[in-house]
Order: sequence, then structure tokens, then C-alpha cells
Amino acid sequence: MAKKTLNIVESAYRAVMEEQDDTILWVLAAMAGAGADHTVVLRGNAVSYAVAGQGGPGLTVGEWKQTQAPKMDRDVLDLIEKRKIPVYVIAEDLADRGIEQSELVPGVEMLSRTALAGLFANYAVVNHW
Amino acid sequence: MSKKTLTIALMDPPYESENLTTAFRILDVAARRGYNINVFAYEGASGLAFARQTPHPNPVHGKDVAEENHPTTKDQVSALLAEAEKNGGKVDWVNCGMCVDERGVNEFVPGTRRGSPADFHAFVEASDNVLVIPTK
Repeated sequence: MAKKTLNIVESAYRAVMEEQDDTILWVLAAMAGAGADHTVVLRGNAVSYAVAGQGGPGLTVGEWKQTQAPKMDRDVLDLIEKRKIPVYVIAEDLADRGIEQSELVPGVEMLSRTALAGLFANYAVVNHW
Repeated sequence: MSKKTLTIALMDPPYESENLTTAFRILDVAARRGYNINVFAYEGASGLAFARQTPHPNPVHGKDVAEENHPTTKDQVSALLAEAEKNGGKVDWVNCGMCVDERGVNEFVPGTRRGSPADFHAFVEASDNVLVIPTK
């Protein structure tokens, strides 16, 4: 049985254009395919990953055009719906940024900063990304 | 009005930050305006023009190589050179020699070259403006 692992994702929008995804959400999805038992907490700037309807045009350099620009809300939904990975967001970090819960993709769960520490006891491993 | 010359120093390696996306957006505009562009690719950025970069499929996305159409920075560098030439500008893209040796990336796309900090110094002296985009 896989070790239950809590992943706190704080780094956000780092290299997402070049990778066409977030490398941490990507590796967690890939590990889930190998049998890992993950939970994700989005905190800090990473709470924005759960905002529905985001995404911009890809990079263009001369005649070269990016056709598969990243969409972080799509990747969060993929974790929840396809990988069955629970995804929490820190409620205070949302509020700090003026983001309403109604703006998030469905299935994201709210968690307070004070409740986060209490969650640690439920997991064998806690990773802070 | 004489043609402007812009020098940009890059430090981030491919696939690890958003700095390079910002840099390529600036470089693209400069190339479209026909500016002369100097790039000093230092430290990790010396891998941007590495000729053996290869696009890959993405099983997490459920896409094959063609569907994923994964960006390679070497293609972006080549496109930058072509765009500048088309608009009457030129790009002098220098890859730091010691940096590429350390990283084993001493094979560059055509139109870029190996160089040293002396090239960066010469770029600065000859430029209308200089922008350093540092790594953190």
C-alpha cells in the first residue's frame, strides 16, 4: 500500500509556458499512475491554479508559434476528476488575492491555514514544493 | 534614425522559469522592429540553443509528440534569428564557452556561436541599451 503523501504546492507559474504545465502537478499525476497516494494543497500564489477559465495565448517568436499553451485550471480538474487526487486550497490565501470560492473549478476543497498543520498527522509523508 | 542595438543577458536554463518566456517576448518584438540584437547566454541559459533538444510526447496529457508539440528553446532561437534577418536586423547570439563545456551542451543551432565575457563587454560598449535578466 502506497504511503499517503500530502503535497503542499506553493511555487506557481514557474516554467509553465515552456513545459506546458506545472512540473509539480505533472509529476504528481505521473506518480499517481504508478500507484502513489497523493493529496494536494495549493497555497500562496498557487491558489490561482484553481481559478476557472484561465489561460492565455501561447508564445510567438517570429514564425514559431506555441500551440499547446498551459491551462492550469484544466490540470487541477484532471487531478480531481481523472486521478482522484483530493485538491485543497488555503482559504486565506484566496481571500488575500481577492478570489472568491465561486471562481474555482468544481471539486476543490477549502482549508484554513490553521487547519493545515492538523492535516499533517493523517499523512506518512509531507512534501513542500 | 539609426538602427537600435539591444543587448540582453540571460541566465536561466530552459524549462525552469518564466524569465525566458518574458525574454523571448521582448526579443521577438525587437526582431520584428529590425533591431540589431545581441544575446549573451550565460550559465544555464547557455543551453537555450543546444542543438540536440528533442520534443517529447506527454503521457500525462494523453498526447503524442505531434499533439503535444512541445516547445524547444532551440527552435525559438532559430525563429528569432530568422525574424530579425527578415526585418533587416541581425542577432549575435553568444553562448558562454565555459558554461556550455560544464554542461556538455557545446552543439549550437546555426547562427549562434561560442564566446566569452569579453563578448558581453563588447556588446555593452556597442549597445543603445542593455537588459540583464538574472536568475534567482
